[in-house]
Amino acid sequence: MKNARVGLLLALSLMITAPAFAAPDQDQIEKGHKVYDKWCFPCHGTGLGKPGTDSLAARGQKPAVLEERTDLTVPAIKTFVRHGVLFMPMFRKTEVSDADLDAIAAYLTRNNKP
Amino acid sequence: MKIPPGVSAGDFADAIKQFEDAVGKEWVFTSDEDVALYRDAYSPFWGEADELVASAAVAPDTVEQVQKVVRIANHYKIPIYPVSTGKDLGYGGSAPTYSGSVVLDLKRMNRILEVNEQNAYALVEPGVSYFDLYRYIQEKGIKLWVDVPDPGWGSPIGNSLDRGGGYLTALYRNHFDSHCGMEVVLANGELMRTGMGAMPGAQTWQQYKSGFGPWIDGMFSQSNFGVVTKMGFWLLPQPDAYLSGTVMVPKHEDLIPMIDILNWLENTNCTTGMPFLGSPLLSRGGPLSAGGPPPDAELTALLAKPIATTLNELDAYAQKKGVGFFSCTLSFYGAAEANAANWEFAKEKFSAIPGAKFVDGQSYKLPLTDEQKGNVNVPLFGIPSLRMFSIGARSEANPTPGNGHIWFAPIIPRTGEAIFEANRVFTDAAKELNLPVPSFSLPTCYWERGFIYLFGFPITHDIEANKRNRAAFDRLVQIAAQHGWGEYRTAPAHQASVMDTYSFNNHALLHFHETVKDAIDPNGILSAGRYGIWPKHLREAKG
Repeated sequence: MKNARVGLLLALSLMITAPAFAAPDQDQIEKGHKVYDKWCFPCHGTGLGKPGTDSLAARGQKPAVLEERTDLTVPAIKTFVRHGVLFMPMFRKTEVSDADLDAIAAYLTRNNKP
Repeated sequence: MKIPPGVSAGDFADAIKQFEDAVGKEWVFTSDEDVALYRDAYSPFWGEADELVASAAVAPDTVEQVQKVVRIANHYKIPIYPVSTGKDLGYGGSAPTYSGSVVLDLKRMNRILEVNEQNAYALVEPGVSYFDLYRYIQEKGIKLWVDVPDPGWGSPIGNSLDRGGGYLTALYRNHFDSHCGMEVVLANGELMRTGMGAMPGAQTWQQYKSGFGPWIDGMFSQSNFGVVTKMGFWLLPQPDAYLSGTVMVPKHEDLIPMIDILNWLENTNCTTGMPFLGSPLLSRGGPLSAGGPPPDAELTALLAKPIATTLNELDAYAQKKGVGFFSCTLSFYGAAEANAANWEFAKEKFSAIPGAKFVDGQSYKLPLTDEQKGNVNVPLFGIPSLRMFSIGARSEANPTPGNGHIWFAPIIPRTGEAIFEANRVFTDAAKELNLPVPSFSLPTCYWERGFIYLFGFPITHDIEANKRNRAAFDRLVQIAAQHGWGEYRTAPAHQASVMDTYSFNNHALLHFHETVKDAIDPNGILSAGRYGIWPKHLREAKG
């Protein structure tokens, strides 16, 4: 129990002292990868029959697969998920929570150049 | 914050507080930003004052929480609208049929309660998607297949309650027919189980459908009589092998015996997979074009004329080129030897049509390898995907995609004669309504005893275009009904007009629905207006 309390205090102190705009950590990126695989990959992934990827490719987007992009911004990702675009619907918070969306954004921007 | 019609601001505020106590504050959504997420992305009223929108949303996690929410809503007479995964795009999505209702979002209830391999069934909650159930079965190595609809993010419960369909054998394709047992929260908060589930400690809730006494499950599909919180589904034991084969017939009128033979083969269980109708001739750049070779000048000239006037010339062209006019692809699931024997038998039967030709199709030992999964029409193998949305996606042929679609989907008799008649009627209707004229269309074969046509209506964010399309849709519904053809399912915008066509004996069926509605939901809180069934106080208000 004592160790657990120390761990909790340490976690809290890290939260307080962490810089406000720290780069997403690896755990967040890995979580985002899982959420992406569940909610985004069926439309935006690789392989046959991915309407989101196909649609972006038809627009001339290179690369068309979202995971391969290095130019997506967090606000843009959140806007598309919460508002939809064309035949892509918006997603409710019972589907993709705000925390999930933060993780997706971390994953899709992981390779962006500073 | 929007307030439901007929509810005072004070009562709504009290109810919201009680909803929060029931499900937790974070699962009650009242801000404009959060409630906007419940808009129907494919709404034909998009951006109009008449758009069907929620006032709030409540997302319970358990059956007990659903009961609490329903009791609160019943006390304050607040209209609520249950959705399962809320992805019934083209049929309303997560938006209510009665604008201002509180959406009862069941997505968090996403437990797969049981998958029983020995007796081949599953018991699930409403928030479970086809993807979820498929992944669960794959991860556990269970040798069962789920019959999936085109979009895999839907819910087995929601899809079956809306009477959707899939692609495996006939026993499973009709998703409502393949369910076995329900749990339902009634408008007063009471919990009920149907079929064998009505017996405490029942051992066969998912194995014997009807239980004892009146079998009422159907009353909870395409209706607003209760909130379904659990459902059982029969699953297909993984077959040994898959085989497909295609028959092609040379003349247009051969369609009639081809369908008759197909029906006989299906109804005698020679072929049990979903058949697909096609036209090798008209696929050559014609109205059924699907990547076939481009038409030559002769065919181009023929196809430029109304097809009804050129059928005999098209017959001659088809014979000269040796290409079939119509085709039918059969699917066989079972032992490889049995599949081959059944295909041989089917060929023997189709050979009664002079000039019939055959092409052997795909043959797989099951389960598919990962490589094979990438090369097949996945729903035919119980694999969920979102491929269907490619229909509306941007492509070379569709450089300016719209914002979704709804389906005009009448059921017609399963005969070749009915296909020709439907084409005549809908071609004339398209001209009358200034719609793109489908010179020839073929129905799909989801149901063994009736064809279903699927005509997509685009949804745009152009209000005037949507208004024109809604009017055209309602007119098509009427035209179809004049010929005895009814919609199988429709978007909320057209549910009342479709229900109005089911009017035998002065709307006796609708009156029955309304009598039931008033008896079991006297405050009219559940999904008011869904499938044209309005509670008494709103019927009176509408005059």
